Amino acid sequence: MNSNKSASVEDRMNAIQSVLEARGMEPVAAIEQAYHRAEEDWVPRNGARIIAKAWTDPAYRQRLLADGKAAAAELGFDMPPHHRYLVALENTPKLHNVICCTLCSCTAFSIIGLPPDWYKDLEYRARVVRESRTVLKEMGLDLPASTEIKVWDTTTDTRYMVVPHQPPETIGWPEDKLVEIITKESMIGVARLMGS
Amino acid sequence: MDGVHDMGGRQGFGVIRYAPNASVFHAEWERRANALYGLAVRHGIFNMDEYRHAIERMSPYHYMSASYYERTLTSLATLLVEKGVTSQEELEKLAKGEFPLAGPSAAGRSNLPERQQFKPGDRVRVRNEFFAGHIRMPAYIRGKQGIVVRETPAYPLPDAHAHGIQAEDEPTYDVVFRTEDLWPNASDSAQVHVGVFQSYLQKED
Repeated sequence: MNSNKSASVEDRMNAIQSVLEARGMEPVAAIEQAYHRAEEDWVPRNGARIIAKAWTDPAYRQRLLADGKAAAAELGFDMPPHHRYLVALENTPKLHNVICCTLCSCTAFSIIGLPPDWYKDLEYRARVVRESRTVLKEMGLDLPASTEIKVWDTTTDTRYMVVPHQPPETIGWPEDKLVEIITKESMIGVARLMGS
Repeated sequence: MDGVHDMGGRQGFGVIRYAPNASVFHAEWERRANALYGLAVRHGIFNMDEYRHAIERMSPYHYMSASYYERTLTSLATLLVEKGVTSQEELEKLAKGEFPLAGPSAAGRSNLPERQQFKPGDRVRVRNEFFAGHIRMPAYIRGKQGIVVRETPAYPLPDAHAHGIQAEDEPTYDVVFRTEDLWPNASDSAQVHVGVFQSYLQKED
């Protein structure tokens, strides 16, 4: 187990990096590439663009619900090869979807962004499958008793994204304005948009 | 394995430390941990199931107290040692201190010999099995009854793929459970969808 004699996490990380450097694996280039990916490629705006298009283009919405990975690719958004399938889960006033990974931290990170701390924390992983309504309320989403909740536990490499319900007051907005209101939290399913 | 990583339904945890727009990384070494395990996967040193399993094999004390990216770097280091890229001695010499690694792996297993096919609407039961290797069946569904919603893509069987054992890719199923069946009288009412490998399921009459 970890003890107070353990090297610091920074020193342990440096040790790993030195080993990879010595084996010719070019870790510095990989770190730069990953930085670029996390900051510029794997951003929640990708999912927001998919959703805004689905809200405004019924044919695209149908394609998204049928095959999320293909619909994402149409807009130029790739997923890692081991993510073989993306399921878009559409919220309605009567149905609320929320995603989690009780075993680790799996997410459609190339589409909705890398998962935040709270998603990977033990509290969310332990509680959301068992007390979803309570957890969502604690997180600021107090759903009416008449709204059914579906929790999606990401146990295989099939990935999920929640398609939030479009706020009625935004019907008719142009796509690029809609993109701005769609948050990572709403695509995980712990928030609704503008009180929808 | 019935490890502490299998968190679904555990009690005693408090309020989620939630903040909208939370940053993903908090320190520069966390970015490096995330980047370098990905590099090792791309080099074919290990696969994602091996990576996940090495996290699960951490001492429960270490797992529970480690931050997310400390678990990442512990899995990466463990697999680099197990695959012969380095040794714990070399890592500890470079780190100038102890470098705790994950514990050893149990044996893996291949596909169930006589797997059943399922179709939407089938009532199924998750097999009441206890497997010490890597498995993507959360304990809260073990032995429980659910309904097949649809077949989802075939994936490498984690029970084999994390252990270097040959196996066929298996269909997975979107199976829906009710919390009333998973935790009777002790849960909020909801449907829980779990992706379940074919080998983990049997048809219910």
